[in-house]
Amino acid sequence: MNAVVTASGLTKRYKQSVALDGVSFEIPSGRIVGLIGPNGAGKTTALKAILGLTDFQGQLNVLGLDPRTQRNQLMEQVCFIADVAVLPRWIRVSEAVDFVANVHPRFNRAKCEAFLARTKLQPSMRVKQMSKGMIVQLHLALVMAIDARLLILDEPTLGLDILYRKQFYQNLLEDYFDENKTIIVTTHQVEEIEHILTDLMFIRDGKIVLNTDMDAMGDRFTEVMVAADRAADARRLNPLDERQVFGKSIFLFDGADRATLESMGEVRRPSISDLFVATMKGTYA
Amino acid sequence: MKTFFWLVKREYWEHRGGFLWAPLVAGGIFLLLLILMILLFEIFRTHAGVHVGFLNTLVEKADAGDWESAGNAFDMILLIPSIILSAVLGFVVLFYSLGSLYDDRRDRSILFWKSLPVSDTRTVLSKVASALIMAPVFSILISVVMGVVLLLICGFFLAAHGISIWRLLAYTHPLQVLGSLLSFVPLYALWALPSVGWLMFCSAWARSKPFLWGVAVPLIAGLFVGLFSVMSPLSFSAKWIWSHVILRALLSVFPGSEFVLDAQYLKNMPDTNPNESVALSLLHSYTLLGSVELWIGVAAGIALIAGAIWFRRVRDDS
Repeated sequence: MNAVVTASGLTKRYKQSVALDGVSFEIPSGRIVGLIGPNGAGKTTALKAILGLTDFQGQLNVLGLDPRTQRNQLMEQVCFIADVAVLPRWIRVSEAVDFVANVHPRFNRAKCEAFLARTKLQPSMRVKQMSKGMIVQLHLALVMAIDARLLILDEPTLGLDILYRKQFYQNLLEDYFDENKTIIVTTHQVEEIEHILTDLMFIRDGKIVLNTDMDAMGDRFTEVMVAADRAADARRLNPLDERQVFGKSIFLFDGADRATLESMGEVRRPSISDLFVATMKGTYA
Repeated sequence: MKTFFWLVKREYWEHRGGFLWAPLVAGGIFLLLLILMILLFEIFRTHAGVHVGFLNTLVEKADAGDWESAGNAFDMILLIPSIILSAVLGFVVLFYSLGSLYDDRRDRSILFWKSLPVSDTRTVLSKVASALIMAPVFSILISVVMGVVLLLICGFFLAAHGISIWRLLAYTHPLQVLGSLLSFVPLYALWALPSVGWLMFCSAWARSKPFLWGVAVPLIAGLFVGLFSVMSPLSFSAKWIWSHVILRALLSVFPGSEFVLDAQYLKNMPDTNPNESVALSLLHSYTLLGSVELWIGVAAGIALIAGAIWFRRVRDDS
């Protein structure tokens, strides 16, 4: 079986709201999936369900296990970075490494130490003395040394400066990711993960509104820059979105004929953030 | 087993302040105060011109039997710090238990702990073991070291008045005192189990302010029971509820509370042999194993800890 995560009819209700509304999806092995959605769309709830941290209705299978009942086995194969600052503030670098090395059967201490050697972290440092960027380096060092099949990142770079953010994803790609691993990541800084994603999932009000791999997304969605005199023609083709730049109009189309669009102006693949904004229009209205 | 050891070690790392430093500092302050008092006494004595030469006369007249009983008396001195540290231990275990399953939910580090392949059962049990075994063992080890220091201070005081301390020290039994105190740990663990269970249950269950739920609510409930028993025509004893439920849930973490809370227990204690070292007679405490009160508490404690494990698993408020 190739699927790492299979969900069908995944539903989670809180007292006043529905966080997940009958969501179904499948994530194959060896992918980097971006789970993107506005605040409160259900991203974190979906990740919590996958991690067995919350109860839910519906079917969910992660690496052949049920996260509700087989959490302990599951966590040998799944790693998780919630967001910065979930490492306990009292722990020292050396204690964190010792502890994980002794409770996690798939932890490679040498790998972790090699990674730490490339940072400014000292074994005697406590988390409370570190900057947010350093905390995330420590967490990443611990996680990358674990030979897991699924890595879940929930806003892993929140509040980090751009140097740490770039380095974070670079390390992940160069030293960690391979075809046997799968990464699910949520973030609001979409531009920064755009080039590393293989798959894209948009979630809104507890529903998956877009689930595509990046190649298919490029085929399906097209952005075309049209001069003012032809803008009316483009509008007739029913674009998802329109915006003005330097006196020209940029239209975003879903599934429009590429040849027609090319005749109207310069055609390119839309960025995830533009697609996201167009898809989520009216979310907070 | 290895995982469990590291889980307990993790508790030690996090709570070094309570398990190690609190008894060290409390014992240190006690010894300092004692030294100050001795110095004050000496200053006062010299000013007043009092001599303690009578001690020498006592020593000269003493036979082997007298030395033996003096040794037993000095074993008591070895025990003095353990009495003070027992009180410290009670507070440490109380606050440790209340925070044990709540603090990491508050600072969200539970998400890190839960990302490791360790079951909630093991996590909770490692915390129970830390409270009921690691904490008292640390407290006892430190108290006996303090006891030896105390003995030496007394010895030097006597030496200053011309009495050889080495002969006296030879009649004390520090290792036996240590052994008998340590043998008390399993009994403490059983007696304190309902209390630790209750506090940890509150710690795992409360969405906020576990202290309020764990300590204040039982006390207020007890006050209402007291009021009710005065006004109601039904005859039931609020005193019984206080000593067997409310105070049992809160104060059993204090070593020695069994003497206060379980009245039957004191009555059933065999008389101690006056010739036996007091330190060793602590072993008689094991008659507590025959007390129904103890085992009801153990059962309640196990149920509460099972509840704490369940809430540890399902609470997802972080």
